[in-house]
Amino acid sequence: MGLKLRRKVAVIGAGLTKFMRRALETGRELSFYAARQALDSAGLRFNDIESVVISTAPDAFDGVHMKTEWLADGCGSFHRPYLRGYVGGGSGVFALIQGWYMVASGMFDTCLVVAEEKMSSCQPHPQGAFNTIFDHTLERDLGVNLLWIFALEMNRYMQVHKLSLEEIALVSVKNKKNALDHPSAQIPKAVTVEEVLASEVMAWPVHRLMVSPTTDGAGAVVMASEDVARRVCEKPVWVEGVGWCLDSAFWTNRDLYYPDYVEKAAKMAYEMAGITDPRREIHIAEPYDPFAYKELHHLEGLGLADRGQAPKLLAKGFFDRDGDLPSCPSGGLLGVGNPIAAAGIMKCCELFWQLRGEAGKRQVSRPVKRGVAQAWGDLMQVGTVIVLGV
Amino acid sequence: MKPDNVRGKNLDKKGFEEATRVKYDLNAEYAYDMGYAVSRYLMGLKEGKIVGIKCHKCGRILVPPRAFCEQCYVPIDDFVELSARGRVNTFSISYVKWDASRIEKPEIPAVIELEGASPGVGILHVLGEVDPKDVHVGMEVEAVFKEEKDRKGEITDILYFRPVK
Repeated sequence: MGLKLRRKVAVIGAGLTKFMRRALETGRELSFYAARQALDSAGLRFNDIESVVISTAPDAFDGVHMKTEWLADGCGSFHRPYLRGYVGGGSGVFALIQGWYMVASGMFDTCLVVAEEKMSSCQPHPQGAFNTIFDHTLERDLGVNLLWIFALEMNRYMQVHKLSLEEIALVSVKNKKNALDHPSAQIPKAVTVEEVLASEVMAWPVHRLMVSPTTDGAGAVVMASEDVARRVCEKPVWVEGVGWCLDSAFWTNRDLYYPDYVEKAAKMAYEMAGITDPRREIHIAEPYDPFAYKELHHLEGLGLADRGQAPKLLAKGFFDRDGDLPSCPSGGLLGVGNPIAAAGIMKCCELFWQLRGEAGKRQVSRPVKRGVAQAWGDLMQVGTVIVLGV
Repeated sequence: MKPDNVRGKNLDKKGFEEATRVKYDLNAEYAYDMGYAVSRYLMGLKEGKIVGIKCHKCGRILVPPRAFCEQCYVPIDDFVELSARGRVNTFSISYVKWDASRIEKPEIPAVIELEGASPGVGILHVLGEVDPKDVHVGMEVEAVFKEEKDRKGEITDILYFRPVK
């Protein structure tokens, strides 16, 4: 694989709506607010946008077939080449990867990348929309629900590394606390490990406060070629590497304790970025945290901790906002919220603001030059990774 | 501090109840074909057996069976009968149904590694005849099939897996 960047691509603007349990606004309106804000922050006019990537998770949430076409007007894609970025929960980061190759290919100088999710419409609960992810013949009749696969994976991760629930609960404590400083946050809270463990057992070992909420919200970034970025933007944030990888859908045939596909995606992105020692060369991380254990699982897959060691580093404060390697300084999905595709782009927005020193109260204490964002999705299956730097 | 001027109005419960509701009674009926490999698997279940398949190239013995090895990317057709016994690879004790409603008596989904299949190769099923607090990773379990007359060639021909006494 020729992992050389042919053309430099920058992120030059970002926007985010509030993340909410139930938004008054429609998906189109949320998309418009986020995208318009991203455009304005980039100092571009609508006419400057040459291409559009839209990312949103299952059509079933909205009950609308091909819902990106339906959202498209809100995403600024009128009379423009458009592409849907869709790899389930991995979609938000994947959207930037697609925006990257729209521009890196030389085809376009600008790309507006928008991610939206409106989960509250789906009744009685959007979890139902996920049931068809399971095999129709061999799994669904067993009475599946989405929580099962997380609970099964979390238990395997805990068993292999002999981890305690307390060690995992610390992720919820950190992220919900970080989210107190995020203006978009849905469920920021100062909680203790004891409170997390006293919350309802939904599917053991998963407790309620270890699960991200269902959320309505949208996020957007503007990506541009080097020429445009240097002309219009004082502090462009460069895409240094991208990677993505899919594992087998025969998920009961793999050992769920470790995400090989995240490791492969990360290696691809690191190689492109020229990173040989990620623990020294990455200064800030936004790994995907829809469930508390997932952040630890992904930090290990990203090579930012040895296998089974992420919980030990977490307990030492290594991943705190003022720690050696701040992880989810935004507050993550556990604190800011989890509008599936928009959650991934929220992580990329956080890197953008952190790398530009614009995160205000969330700004990490150490100087940051390079960060990694990662998302995950499908049937325990996909890893999407982006390295951004200044 | 960024983001600034975040937009969006969160509705309270009353506001949400006032939302316009549209209900579709979808006629969602699908006639799924089972294909070569899964058909054989289901026929096996009807006979009270668990059938896997061996890849002649990598040597892995896989369950559920498939018509090709996804790693070697070659066609495979060497069906092998596996034991109806296995070990719990991982499990959960679930109090939540797909619609987020709660249940009193938990379900115990598990990935079960079957004897005769390659290490780490398992299937999803549920456990029964066991107190949830006694379930552990590595526990030996066996399939409990429905009575022969009630078996239809479905995954639910296995009622559940129970601990080996």
